[in-house]
Amino acid sequence: MTNLSVEAIAQIEQPLPGAPDNWKRFFSFSTDHKVIGIQYLVTAFFFFLIGGLLAMVMRGELITPESDLVDRAVYNAMFTMHGTIMLFLWTFPALLGLSNYLVPLMIGAKDMAFPKLNAVAFWMVPVFGFILMASFFVPGGPSQSGWWAYPPVSLQNPTGNLITGQTLWLVAVAISGVASIMGAVNFVTTIARMRAPGMYWFRMPVFVWTVLAAQIIQLVGLPALTAGAIMLLLDITAGTSFFDPAKGGDPVLFQHFFWFYSHPAVYVIILPIFGVFSEIFPVYARKPLFGYKVVAISSLVITGLSAVVWVHHMFASGTPGWMRMLFMATTMLISVPTGIKVFAWVATIWGGKLRLNTPMLFALGGLTMFVFAGVTGIMLAAVPFDIHVNNTYFVVGHFHYVIYGATVMGMYAAIYHWFPKMTGRMYSEGLGKLHFALTFIGTNLNFFPMHPLGLMGMPRRVASYDPEFAFWNVIASLGGFLLGMSTLPFLLNIIGSWVQGEQAPKNPWRAIGLEWLISSPPSAENFEELPIVIAEPYGYGKSEPLVSNPDALEVAHESR
Amino acid sequence: MSMSIRTVITLGLVAIALALISLWMGQQAYTWFPPQASAESVLVDQLFSFLVALGTFIFLGVVGTLAYAVLFQQAGKYDTSDGPPIEGNVPLEVVWTAIPFALVIWIAFYSYQVYDQMSILGPMEHVHGKMVMSSAIAAPPSQPSPTAADALPPIEVHARQWVWEFRYPDRNVTSTELHLPSNQRIKLILQSEDVLHGFFVPAFRIKQDIIPGRVIDFGFTPIREGRYRLRDSQYSGTYFAAMQADVVVESLAAYQQWLTAAAAQPPTEAYNRAFEEYHLAQNPISTGWKIVEPASPPLVNVSTHPSQNPPSGKESKP
Repeated sequence: MTNLSVEAIAQIEQPLPGAPDNWKRFFSFSTDHKVIGIQYLVTAFFFFLIGGLLAMVMRGELITPESDLVDRAVYNAMFTMHGTIMLFLWTFPALLGLSNYLVPLMIGAKDMAFPKLNAVAFWMVPVFGFILMASFFVPGGPSQSGWWAYPPVSLQNPTGNLITGQTLWLVAVAISGVASIMGAVNFVTTIARMRAPGMYWFRMPVFVWTVLAAQIIQLVGLPALTAGAIMLLLDITAGTSFFDPAKGGDPVLFQHFFWFYSHPAVYVIILPIFGVFSEIFPVYARKPLFGYKVVAISSLVITGLSAVVWVHHMFASGTPGWMRMLFMATTMLISVPTGIKVFAWVATIWGGKLRLNTPMLFALGGLTMFVFAGVTGIMLAAVPFDIHVNNTYFVVGHFHYVIYGATVMGMYAAIYHWFPKMTGRMYSEGLGKLHFALTFIGTNLNFFPMHPLGLMGMPRRVASYDPEFAFWNVIASLGGFLLGMSTLPFLLNIIGSWVQGEQAPKNPWRAIGLEWLISSPPSAENFEELPIVIAEPYGYGKSEPLVSNPDALEVAHESR
Repeated sequence: MSMSIRTVITLGLVAIALALISLWMGQQAYTWFPPQASAESVLVDQLFSFLVALGTFIFLGVVGTLAYAVLFQQAGKYDTSDGPPIEGNVPLEVVWTAIPFALVIWIAFYSYQVYDQMSILGPMEHVHGKMVMSSAIAAPPSQPSPTAADALPPIEVHARQWVWEFRYPDRNVTSTELHLPSNQRIKLILQSEDVLHGFFVPAFRIKQDIIPGRVIDFGFTPIREGRYRLRDSQYSGTYFAAMQADVVVESLAAYQQWLTAAAAQPPTEAYNRAFEEYHLAQNPISTGWKIVEPASPPLVNVSTHPSQNPPSGKESKP
């Protein structure tokens, strides 16, 4: 009797997959990690398009040397909001969405450890997204101090109002920080406590390892950024002087607060993408992940080192020589565990039976661009060279190869790879490959020219520049517009396939993993009976079973 | 076994080819920069050339391997078999951990030496010695040591939104163009009156943020005569991009002459791009957002010519 009523309530609150109105659950306060995962992904992609539009306005301005398309203040607002949106409203939520969807399935859990907290954390995204967007409509416009919000520029308030673009920006970032801390608590607890029987640490897929490593960074680092944002907010609104040099504050202190979190944040972004690469290469090369345990552990090594490299963003700031040398050494070291992963992926692919489906193409393209970004990253770690290119387009080129070249490409790889699982439909390979080609060409056209520009001495964040920089800027702008267009085949593919794609089987890629043992999409509670894991995660070529109870995972009528 | 020898020879040949390409790229790297106008730029360019050569080798090695696999190791259309279940190789993994480790230590050590030689913020505090080379330039100019009798007095750099102003206090000269003698150690005193700015001369390969409330001593040695660009490199608000100035490097005699001539010029209001743009009669693309007003142009003995940094907007069109 109790069971019945609980089920009845679940039916009302959360329409199940297969029910005719099941789309409504995506607009509800659902506590199903799969629904939340897709909510995150779709919301984030919406903001990705907005951030992309802002970028295309910037590229439009930069196609000529003069400041002639938009007002300088508008340009400055554009790059501030572009950076903020792309990080806090696209990259972080999109990766949280992917992690939300996959982690419980991959470790054999029925949901996250704290489902309600999970839903609350998600619904804070549209809230702070709205606050950030609202800043376009306050007098004086949105924040124009760059996504670092360095004081004293961020403390300057020519409007004299209390509610400015900058204060709304700070409120949004603080809420984002709180939401991410909630998410981090949930992920770390879930991975530590909710693993299925037999899912020992060294049987977890590498994606789960990387999510764990990334979320530990959030737990340790985010309080620093959130505190920094609140102190800055107090400086602006309450007359404190933590960072205001005119009143005895120290602006460089804010830079330490900011980068203490915001450098590790790069690893919060790239680690799950390392996880995606580690999942995808074995499937489409039909080989086990090379050096699984070392790859898994190197994620945690990266987490540890990521906490002691932040000053490399401040090599040209008010930092003494000894500090620059010390952080150069730590920054150099972090490339070692990263290099180990790259070599492991190459060894995984080598000698395999490659199948160049869309996810594999995106993963290979992403890896290639990541290697390029790694090379320029080591260059930037070398202090004397960094002194020249610090705050130039060389840096912008470098981190867009990381964030677009590797991360966005990796996100696309993941979305295509798990699309059949999430929606129960197959996507179109033709459109997927077109999307890959446009994205790969667009990314390189857009971001490669930034490297020569930086070497020549073009600073970042400029609305106008000397004519000597025009040639490479025109190419970058054309690449930027191409990148904008490249999202069209993706949207067409995803929306079209979701509505009327071919029905997806349980395991279209013959992949090994708990999520591929259950129907597409999985039922509300994922597993009828918890899987009993008996093998390591990448048994390609070994024909050994992953679980001892494959037939008990679902009730018979739900499997396809 | 003959197969394995053939593999070794092939790998060796590939490595040699990659090394040659990498060395060539390393040489090309010098051409990607502005002219080498300071002693520091020579050191930085050498370091970058080395990094480019090394990076090219690594990039081509990794991507070449991937490309080979993509081209020649695809599964047949109906081939559903798996690849060999190779799960790792300890010696190989040790090698690809140890070599990158050694490489980054090498890069860090080399970079340390270059930075030490550049000595842009003065010599680093060493535990012992190694001061011989930089002792002359390290001596504070107020108390010149015998070896640095001809050391130049420092030049003050004042940054504000969005003006570069240079003062030569000993000659009572103020300018919005930075004139420097060639082949002399230059000492700048960097100060900001409002927000963060960045002193960046690409042709010198040097950069330093200017922190309001601090006075930063900064040094370098120009070695090539010519006119170069100084750009604000730390974002400073609305007219950040317009905050540029010219740096003129000339012979010591010409520099002294310029100082003498400048001292004789009566101070006039300098040209300033930000101020000019802000006060343009009509700015068709303005939003009317209230912004920080540009500082008034300073009174200087020598001003930048407007054509050196023309304003964006209607009046600048020929």
